[in-house]
Amino acid sequence: MRRALALLGLAALPLAVLGVFFALPVAGMVGRGFWPDGAFDPGAVAEVLARPRVHRVLWFTVWTASVATAAALLLGLPAAYALHRLALPLRGLVRGLLLVPFVLPTVVVGVAFRQLLGEGGPLAGLGWEGTPVAIVLGLVFFNVAVVVRTVGAAWESLDPRPGEAAAALGASPAQVFRTVTLPALRPALAGAASVVFLFCATGFGVVLTLGGTRYSSVETEIYLLTTNLLDLPAAAALSLLQLVVVVGLLLVAARTRRGSEAVVRRRAGRAARPVRPRWRDAPQVLLTVLLLAALAAPIGALVVGSLRVDGAWSLAYYRALGSPSQDGLLAVPVATAMLNSLRTAVDATWMALLLGGLVALTVTRRSRGRGERRVRATLDGLFMLPLGVSAVTVGFGLLITLDSGVLDLRDSPLLVPIAQALVALPLVVRTLVPVLAGIDDRQRQAAASLGAGPLRAVLTVDLPVVWRPLLAAAGFAFAVSLGEFGATAFLARDDAPTMPVAIFRLIGHPGLLNYGMALAASVLLAAATAVVVLAVERLRVPAMGAF
Amino acid sequence: MLEVRDLAVAYDGVPAVEGASVTVPDGGVLAVLGPSGCGKSTLLRAVAGLEAPSAGSIRWDGRDLARVPTHRRGFALMFQDGQLFEHLTVARNVAYALRLRRVPAARREARVAELLALVGLEGFAGRMPGTLSGGERQRVSLARSLAAEPRLLLLDEPLSALDAGLRERLAGDLAAILRAAGTTTLLVTHDHEEAFAVADSLVVMRAGRVVQQGPIADVWAHPADADTALFLGYARVLEGEAAYRVLAAGDLPPAPAVALRRSALRVTDGPGLEAVVRTARATPELGRLVVELAGVGETDAVCPPGRLPAPGERVRLTLDASRLALLG
Repeated sequence: MRRALALLGLAALPLAVLGVFFALPVAGMVGRGFWPDGAFDPGAVAEVLARPRVHRVLWFTVWTASVATAAALLLGLPAAYALHRLALPLRGLVRGLLLVPFVLPTVVVGVAFRQLLGEGGPLAGLGWEGTPVAIVLGLVFFNVAVVVRTVGAAWESLDPRPGEAAAALGASPAQVFRTVTLPALRPALAGAASVVFLFCATGFGVVLTLGGTRYSSVETEIYLLTTNLLDLPAAAALSLLQLVVVVGLLLVAARTRRGSEAVVRRRAGRAARPVRPRWRDAPQVLLTVLLLAALAAPIGALVVGSLRVDGAWSLAYYRALGSPSQDGLLAVPVATAMLNSLRTAVDATWMALLLGGLVALTVTRRSRGRGERRVRATLDGLFMLPLGVSAVTVGFGLLITLDSGVLDLRDSPLLVPIAQALVALPLVVRTLVPVLAGIDDRQRQAAASLGAGPLRAVLTVDLPVVWRPLLAAAGFAFAVSLGEFGATAFLARDDAPTMPVAIFRLIGHPGLLNYGMALAASVLLAAATAVVVLAVERLRVPAMGAF
Repeated sequence: MLEVRDLAVAYDGVPAVEGASVTVPDGGVLAVLGPSGCGKSTLLRAVAGLEAPSAGSIRWDGRDLARVPTHRRGFALMFQDGQLFEHLTVARNVAYALRLRRVPAARREARVAELLALVGLEGFAGRMPGTLSGGERQRVSLARSLAAEPRLLLLDEPLSALDAGLRERLAGDLAAILRAAGTTTLLVTHDHEEAFAVADSLVVMRAGRVVQQGPIADVWAHPADADTALFLGYARVLEGEAAYRVLAAGDLPPAPAVALRRSALRVTDGPGLEAVVRTARATPELGRLVVELAGVGETDAVCPPGRLPAPGERVRLTLDASRLALLG
């Protein structure tokens, strides 16, 4: 009984925050759909789900996400091997660089791809602008890092001896890969695939900036329905559909992850050192280099575009960021938006760390009995939900539920950071949980038997192991908050826009200067996130960015 | 004094320990002996406060410990693999409990030096755990536990992770250290040699239940049943007619069953039991035989090392009454 209370006490704050700022808004959104005029009317929802356009949107979401997931897996696998098993020069830096796209603001990626594929861009001849190809490319760009990280971390910690045993029994390297390595990697592969699919299917900024109104995924459709068409029942129906699918996917991901974490734990400490590359590794290395080049291309196009004014090199667009826009498009200069972003990200980071730390601590304590284990597993899954639930749903839901008199936070400067912290929360939890779970619980028991209280035991046993991952998670949360767009788009006040919001406004309006400023702002934002991620990468936390 | 009464512990409804009652007097060293999975580690963990009993009580000096958390029990637990804090030096590991109690630095350092000397690790204070051998790690772990000046020291298979030679040497050291420190100790092990070397009384557990307990020599001389005898290192248990025949040959009173050590029957030139040698193997100290004893069946025997009989040879055997136990 006392243990159950302690468990709840530890989880109380995160649960309360999740309840008020996540469950309540989502429920509010869904409620508007089922109770359009105060009376329960599921007919409206059913009618929405029967619309041909909704079917098209659903099909588009599924096939783009599937293709993008498959492509990310195929491209990520060779890089995972090359960067995690081979002692290549500069591999630490390359691993860091590969992680940058994952935390780049979605709006920035959209802008970069437009710059690459659009009119006047280096790849304009392919005619991909505004086609689903561009959207799939954008999704792959984002998610390759997840595959490289997740599979790479598993690969790195793989016990080399079964493979050596197979080789000694006469298996060729290809046969070793097929019969020993691949089966051992299967949990990591399945985990990466399910998470990437989730990200692709709920991707917002990329689809919105690259697909416009012509191509819509479920997520952007929810946005269009709420903001442009004010068709709340339809938006709620789609949110509900998304929620159901996401919960299903998360369950699958949790199941596969259970396998891979067990593998990592059992074999930690026996992992193979990276080997010197041999000639037969050349294809993987080459593919990695090509992948890196492909990822660099849109960013390169973005940087070049921001520096070209009227066919000459110039910093004019950057200079324009310091002054208010002429047509009153933005209430404040972009430089102020940058400061807003940084300040919001700091707040979101400490919130995500506090909540994520508590959640990770709660779910990794040793359970006594089946019931307790089940409670912890449920909590673990619960805090993964923000990963997949439409940020748009959360953002709009917050807007409509928090005006209920008791809790009017709509004008609070903390609302945006809280929403961003919820988006970053799953990443913090997934970075910390494997580390905390990897600590032998008998260490804590030894400390307790020597007279250390629970807090003291955490300081002695957990903190020395967890401070680096904690720092890494902080950087990660910071970068994600900097780029968060879906929820912020609804919640940021007009006089305090964040960078992604400012960039989206700028590209949404005609004018060469506006577009140029959007490019320059994107470069700055990308640079800020890249610096944070590269700094964090130096901490070498294997679980970061892995699921 | 530790008193465990009718203790039961269950994992998800599956009982691991049932109705176990154990007492450790002040200054005593009690070994709980049993095969793996018999519940002995669960018993130890329940005493440490790491598992919640589903029934029964655990008392120290008459005071019930049910609501006392692990870190307030004053029972130091030493794990099979030491569980040293890897990021702290040997000295910091040993001083851990002293720092928790804010013992002044001078006294702390003196105590750490004293304890390291006690476990034979002078000069190791500045080393990191990662640089130690398995035996050294266990010694540090023991010193760390003793530094807490525990009311009760709990040892969970303290020597099992070590190789045979080291285990034997460390078992002797451990016994001497525990006597020198006068620490009340509860030890669990599956190794009867370890139990004999370290403890002064013994509890034998099987399938979650206590099957026998008492001073070590008593348990040793009178195992409760055949399974206990085999677990205590007796090689064979003969029953009924076979037991009568063997006991009669040694002029011993009849008993329904007798447990024999491998050296209970010895090849002799004089009169004795007739047997046919099945296999013979020389060891540095003894020749070890498996023989077919008329009316008894296969059993073990020994002979002087220089006179190893060939398989198939007929030998005569005499019984050594100090190397057997009568079972009731």
